[in-house]
Amino acid sequence: MELLPLVWTNLMRNKLRTILTTLSVFVALFLFVLLHGITDTLTASTQVASERRLVTRNKISLVFPLPMSQYEKIKAVPGVSAVSWSNWFGGQDPVDSRGFFAQFAVDAKTYFPLYASDIEIAQASPAPAGTPVPPGVDPKLAAFMNQRDACVVGEKLLLKRGWKLGQTIHLNGTIYPGSWPYVIRAVYRPKIKALDAETMFFHWDYLYEKSNRQAQVGIFIFSLADPSQAATIGKRVDAMFENSSNATHTETERAFQAGFVSMFGNIPFVIQVIGLAVAFSIFLVAAVTMMMAIRERTNEFAVLKTLGFGDGSVFLMVLAEAGAITLTGGLAGSLLAKFLLERTGLMVPGFSTMIVRWDTVLLGIGVAVLMGAFSGLLPAWQASRLKIVDALRKVG
Amino acid sequence: MGQIEVQNVRKVYRRDRFEVPVLDGLTLSVDGGEFVALMGPSGSGKTTLLNLIGGIDQPTSGSITVDGVNTAQLKSGDLSKWRARNVGFIFQLYNLMPVLTAEENVALPLLLVKGMSGKERKERARHALGIVGLGERLDHYPRQLSGGQEQRVAIARAIVTDPKLILADEPTGDLDRSSADEILGLLEKLNAEFKKTIVMVTHDPHAAEKAHRLVHLEKGVLSANGATA
Repeated sequence: MELLPLVWTNLMRNKLRTILTTLSVFVALFLFVLLHGITDTLTASTQVASERRLVTRNKISLVFPLPMSQYEKIKAVPGVSAVSWSNWFGGQDPVDSRGFFAQFAVDAKTYFPLYASDIEIAQASPAPAGTPVPPGVDPKLAAFMNQRDACVVGEKLLLKRGWKLGQTIHLNGTIYPGSWPYVIRAVYRPKIKALDAETMFFHWDYLYEKSNRQAQVGIFIFSLADPSQAATIGKRVDAMFENSSNATHTETERAFQAGFVSMFGNIPFVIQVIGLAVAFSIFLVAAVTMMMAIRERTNEFAVLKTLGFGDGSVFLMVLAEAGAITLTGGLAGSLLAKFLLERTGLMVPGFSTMIVRWDTVLLGIGVAVLMGAFSGLLPAWQASRLKIVDALRKVG
Repeated sequence: MGQIEVQNVRKVYRRDRFEVPVLDGLTLSVDGGEFVALMGPSGSGKTTLLNLIGGIDQPTSGSITVDGVNTAQLKSGDLSKWRARNVGFIFQLYNLMPVLTAEENVALPLLLVKGMSGKERKERARHALGIVGLGERLDHYPRQLSGGQEQRVAIARAIVTDPKLILADEPTGDLDRSSADEILGLLEKLNAEFKKTIVMVTHDPHAAEKAHRLVHLEKGVLSANGATA
């Protein structure tokens, strides 16, 4: 403890070098945590999906639709408590065609009750008193429910695009060509942080009325009375359509969501490898810097040892210098990465709001501590093993 | 106190595959409170002998006893503690920490004194600097001091823990005559007033005259040992 002021003084003797080394560690740990944040986000997006809900899609591929006729059959399966469906729309905002956000045509009267525990309605256009809403649907959605071209958008999406409640927006359809007007009648807010707040929902009826296509379904979503029966019920549903031209594949919503993440292939692994490579290269920089700093002070360490400072004291002093640099840089880099990713609304397209788990921040700080320990270890050992007589370089 | 007994000490350095004998069976006795000057040509083993007495090097054979403690038998950690308590070192090139002020440099050895408060360390450092006449230069960094002043700070650092033994390796070797005289005057004062045992390596006959006894080394052995004129 007594040596701490000396450690600080030594760190300040070459301020530029200390600042640059700290900055390099800062950047390394910032990138490390940022890259891990992406994998955190991908993982979180699967975790928020429910094990209580099952998703049925076309067995061949998600891009092939299912017939509406399957709805009643699924509904009739024992253990299925509620069924809804949705279609991917794939529209583009003509104002910002590269600004991706997801849009789903949903059967609102069954869809929103299914997700009542996951989202809440933050804003909604007022509806005339006494406007009916289907059972289980939030009464705030009355105006939306009673307007064919109405839509519900996520709170973040509304803010990001500068939209307002009651505004009419237009999307250009890519799967369903044409210009599609929508009136924003409600804004939802996820109750779970990791849940996406940048999605738009509109009426499935509107999709098929305006497109003049045969009514088909993208996926069926259904809740279960007993989640432990998920595997059995899933198999039962798939068995019903096994020999039809529209065979299905049923899985939990979490597994369905995880399937999207797996489309990224080994990107999470690659990201982690890149993060570690960055951290390792900066570790080498820090180690070389520490060795240079120690070599410059060989004579001073010899004097300290002459005065009676033991090998252990000198060892700890050098290690503390390395640790102070890497811990400061690591702490700042890791925390800033978390703050920037979570507060500035940066997103991985198609996934929920960016999330950096505290575990990841702690991992970053841990890497910084290890970086300090390892970069300081060799110079500290060299300094502690220094022979006073050799270091003073004088034989009379 | 500060009595030194060097008994039949040999010191051989190994340089790659060569052995370089520096001291060869040297025996020397220094009484407590004595002021001894070590002289001799370069390579005669003066500094090596000083380093061995101060416990910053170990003899190849023989024994060195200071106040009854055989330093050759102490382990590295114990030797460090022993040095901190018993020996004050003064180097030719001062060897002050460039990033510390005069006061901080002097207080440095006191960091090893357990239980001493920061305030007490400051007081003792100021007192030591007062003894060497630098009470007004507490906040000066070494680069802001002259050579003579730097050496006085080094002397203050050497005496701040109140050691019995002061070892000075050519303390005036890098100074002009006037500054050298000041430093020698201080060493005399430390010896006379504070009863410190001083062993000083020097090439300068004028400096050696200040000592009580002159010891000459030649190729690692004593060639002369007697009182100064």
